[in-house]
Amino acid sequence: MSALFWTLLTPLAGGLLLALIPGTRLAARLNILISLAGFLFSIWLANAVLRQGALDNQYFYIDAFNVYLVALTNLVSFTTSVFSRTYMLHEFEIGRVSERQMRLYHASFQAFMFTMLLALTTNNLGVLWVALEGATLATVLLVSLYRTPASVEAAWKYFILCGVGIAQALFGTVLIYLAAAKVVDGPDQALLWSSLIRHATELEPTVMGIAFVFLLVGYGTKIGLVPLHNWLPDAHSEGPTPMSAVLSGLLLNVALYAVVRVKVLVDGALAGGGEHAPQLAGYLMMSFGLLSFIVAGLFLHRQRDIKRLFSYSSIEHMGLMTFAFGLGGPLATFGALLHMTVHSLTKSAIFVTVGQASQLSGTQSIDHIRGVIQTQPAVGWGLLIGTLAIAGFPPFGVFTSEFLLLSATMQTLPWLTIPLLVGLGIAFAGLFRHLHPMVFGNRPEGLMPIKATVWPVVLHLALVLWLGLSIPDFLAHWFDQATILISGSGLL
Amino acid sequence: MSGFLDTYAYLTLTEQAILTLAAMVLVSSFALLAQSRVVATIRLFALQGFLLVVVTALVALNTQEYHLFYSAGLTLLLKVWFVPWLLTRQARRLGILRDLDSLLRPGVVLIAAGALVIFCYSVALPIQRFAESITRDAIAISLAVVMLSMLMLITRRKAITQVVGFMSMENGLFFGAVTATQGMPMVVELGVAFDVLIAAVVFGVFFFHIRDSIESLDVDMLNQLTEVDE
Repeated sequence: MSALFWTLLTPLAGGLLLALIPGTRLAARLNILISLAGFLFSIWLANAVLRQGALDNQYFYIDAFNVYLVALTNLVSFTTSVFSRTYMLHEFEIGRVSERQMRLYHASFQAFMFTMLLALTTNNLGVLWVALEGATLATVLLVSLYRTPASVEAAWKYFILCGVGIAQALFGTVLIYLAAAKVVDGPDQALLWSSLIRHATELEPTVMGIAFVFLLVGYGTKIGLVPLHNWLPDAHSEGPTPMSAVLSGLLLNVALYAVVRVKVLVDGALAGGGEHAPQLAGYLMMSFGLLSFIVAGLFLHRQRDIKRLFSYSSIEHMGLMTFAFGLGGPLATFGALLHMTVHSLTKSAIFVTVGQASQLSGTQSIDHIRGVIQTQPAVGWGLLIGTLAIAGFPPFGVFTSEFLLLSATMQTLPWLTIPLLVGLGIAFAGLFRHLHPMVFGNRPEGLMPIKATVWPVVLHLALVLWLGLSIPDFLAHWFDQATILISGSGLL
Repeated sequence: MSGFLDTYAYLTLTEQAILTLAAMVLVSSFALLAQSRVVATIRLFALQGFLLVVVTALVALNTQEYHLFYSAGLTLLLKVWFVPWLLTRQARRLGILRDLDSLLRPGVVLIAAGALVIFCYSVALPIQRFAESITRDAIAISLAVVMLSMLMLITRRKAITQVVGFMSMENGLFFGAVTATQGMPMVVELGVAFDVLIAAVVFGVFFFHIRDSIESLDVDMLNQLTEVDE
């Protein structure tokens, strides 16, 4: 319990502290320290939960599924804060952001971490909604940090579209409350996930089915599912790059987590019959996921901005994960959990190198970034290897998880492996047609290497490589526990 | 006709008042949609908030769920006083309080709005069977207010009227929670209210960012970013 307390308190208090202290350099260092502390506390929490079993009380519910996301969120937050220090100080030195904006940036970074951790750990579906809306509010001013017309437009779109989307999710939550009030004792218990799951089979299936549609549309907007994805490439491309890394690597996961939690409830309610097909939730997730996967893959071919390119790649991968959770069954769920991890690690590493490459070249335009390997080999190779990993090349972890997902599809719905394979091919081609001229080729005249922190990228890619070669025993069991919680049976 | 009487004729006076006010909330949504002057839009939004406060208080009396009085007070403070006050102030400082933000085709928009209400009733139909008589229309009206607010967001061009639409959507959700389920747990209501508060403040800051970047508050002019770059 105290581990949880410290895990949540660290970013909250850190955010307040960073809002108050003026020194930019000091704040950048403190930001790293706070994130490191948060990461260590989350390891402590994960250890406690894995040893003593799920933590379940009036306010928080923590099991193997969300504690793994808590640890992952804190890990990526820590490495991103390390990258953020050199990157943002460079932006500060060239005068793109003022001291006040830096203060806003650091405070919002930690506030954003807090909202995500709250969304992951809370037991209350209403608080989950509040926290996810809070995550939008914490980041909207960061998207417009540079105050360019494009960034203001992106932030406005982000604010309005995510706000409208997530309002649907609140309506869905009200409907769940309506269904639960009849079977769960006490109004304070009726939105707690732990009591809802105990009564899942008694919940009115018709109401739960309609509620799920609203919740999927609402949280699906935040996941970036097509056709609700419009805000995502804009918000990711116009904000500062460390923000893109955490938005892509973490926030999308948290929104998907919310959908999966609700799906477990709805599956329980629909299993007993009623007007809806029992697999309604799964089918909806599969169709939205597959559509996002294919459409985003096609859009990759038409991009001219390097950060937009990788944003579409995020939509593609989130689509694949949504599809996999929708497919259900232990193999697909295990694969989806693994994919969440490797995608987070790889995508945040890619955004780090993308940020460095565009700082190096002074532009985000794909047509003008050339010869990165010759100019600064560490950045160029990072970008190349990261993209190889995200495209699903063996021996990286993304290959393993995609292979598991394909096998699971082959077992249950063999025909769907064809669109999946085609989609993977399209995305692969879309990434590499742009990447090749950027990393290879001659060094443009007058470009100088910049100061860049390389080790976060190396660490992330090494972890992804490790997960691709062999998943360590404790981690496999951890994933397996989470798989049992979601799909009912384990893989190992 | 007899079905109609069965449903409504035997309600108590409080329940009938609640239903009447529910209808008025819906009407206020239509009014918001059609109103073109910025200052009048903000006032209508405050009025809608006030109707919600009265509904909440009546539901609290009717069901003896006295914690709803807190929600009513919170709504009064936040949606009837604070948000309209903030929006009016910002609009005055930006010099757009008296501006017009008229609809392109008001007739078409209002007919579409009517169709949306019918659609919302048909979505809510299967749920109504499980609700008590008094809350039967609540889900449909709540959803309709949300949908009409979305329509308002789509049809309006000024940032400030879009924000009113955004906040009015939140009103619709609150209405649903109060009438269909006698409010949400207190911790959730406080959280949602906190989010609304922060959102209002962030929006207030944002108007100035928009004006500084495009020298106008017409969000139509925010059109640089496209899905595929040509």
